[in-house]
Amino acid sequence: MDRRTDMHRRERRRYVIGYGGSLLLTFVVFGIAYQFGIETPGVYMTIGLLGLAQLVVQLVYFLHIDRRRSSREDLDLILFSTLVLLIIIGGTIWVLGNLAMRMHMHVM
Amino acid sequence: MKRAPSHSYPGINLGEGHASAHKASEVVTFGFWVFLMSDLVYFGLMFAIYITMIDAQVGGPGPHELFDLKSIFAQTLILLTSSLTVGLAMLALKYNLPRARIVLWFGVTLVLGLSFLVLEIRDFINMAELGGMPQRSGFLSAYYGLVPLHGLHVAAGCIWLIVLGLQLRIMGMTDLVISRVVRLALFWHFLDLIWIGIITIVYFGGLAYG
Repeated sequence: MDRRTDMHRRERRRYVIGYGGSLLLTFVVFGIAYQFGIETPGVYMTIGLLGLAQLVVQLVYFLHIDRRRSSREDLDLILFSTLVLLIIIGGTIWVLGNLAMRMHMHVM
Repeated sequence: MKRAPSHSYPGINLGEGHASAHKASEVVTFGFWVFLMSDLVYFGLMFAIYITMIDAQVGGPGPHELFDLKSIFAQTLILLTSSLTVGLAMLALKYNLPRARIVLWFGVTLVLGLSFLVLEIRDFINMAELGGMPQRSGFLSAYYGLVPLHGLHVAAGCIWLIVLGLQLRIMGMTDLVISRVVRLALFWHFLDLIWIGIITIVYFGGLAYG
């Protein structure tokens, strides 16, 4: 087997692993929600963490983002965008949640 | 930008088999990645609005009446599979497999993208029949601001796929066209990432806290 078909195989395996992992996580998430009911304490937290895990799996296996030097800039950009997102989302929830509390609306 | 030649932009890299197309893709693909990240911030804003609006239902229909988890599950599987097929299409392109293979995988991706849209639109119609219109409550306005925005992206991806298919046919496998295909694949993977956020926050979050 020459080098190119070998590389092809390796890269294809990478996609299939990513797909299998994402598929598994999806089934687990829907399974948990179906089995325990979404309102059971702890269930939503678990689903959130599994969602985060799936994001990481897809970033690594589909988008080929990792901590190698060559893809560091892409990772930096993701981390910076995540920071911006956290400020925007966290800030919005904080400000509006606080407002709702002071207005005596039972929100959040 | 000092980067290893083997891997110099997010997503699949064309590498030495398409050395000139690889070179042509480097800067533009990184630029496209910057665009995707700013698109991500836009989605983030819509997510923030949705989270603050979850309780603003003013007696209208809420997540428990409106969301159909079976359909969401089907859409998730379809979109995830399309993310795999677009990757396989890119590999077929990268390793110069017969053109039929490339066309096959891109064709499957297009069909999956369109079926996703059909299911999503069917969901919106069902919701509207239950009184879940955007003007009914703040919650529904936020929902219709976010989920169809993702749907629009998928629709744009489908149109893009068709246009590139035509370009491949007319212009052949030129560096320019190949480098456009690289960006389309990146865009498609990105849509699946957003969708994970949507099922976690919009659907499960809505059901848990709505």
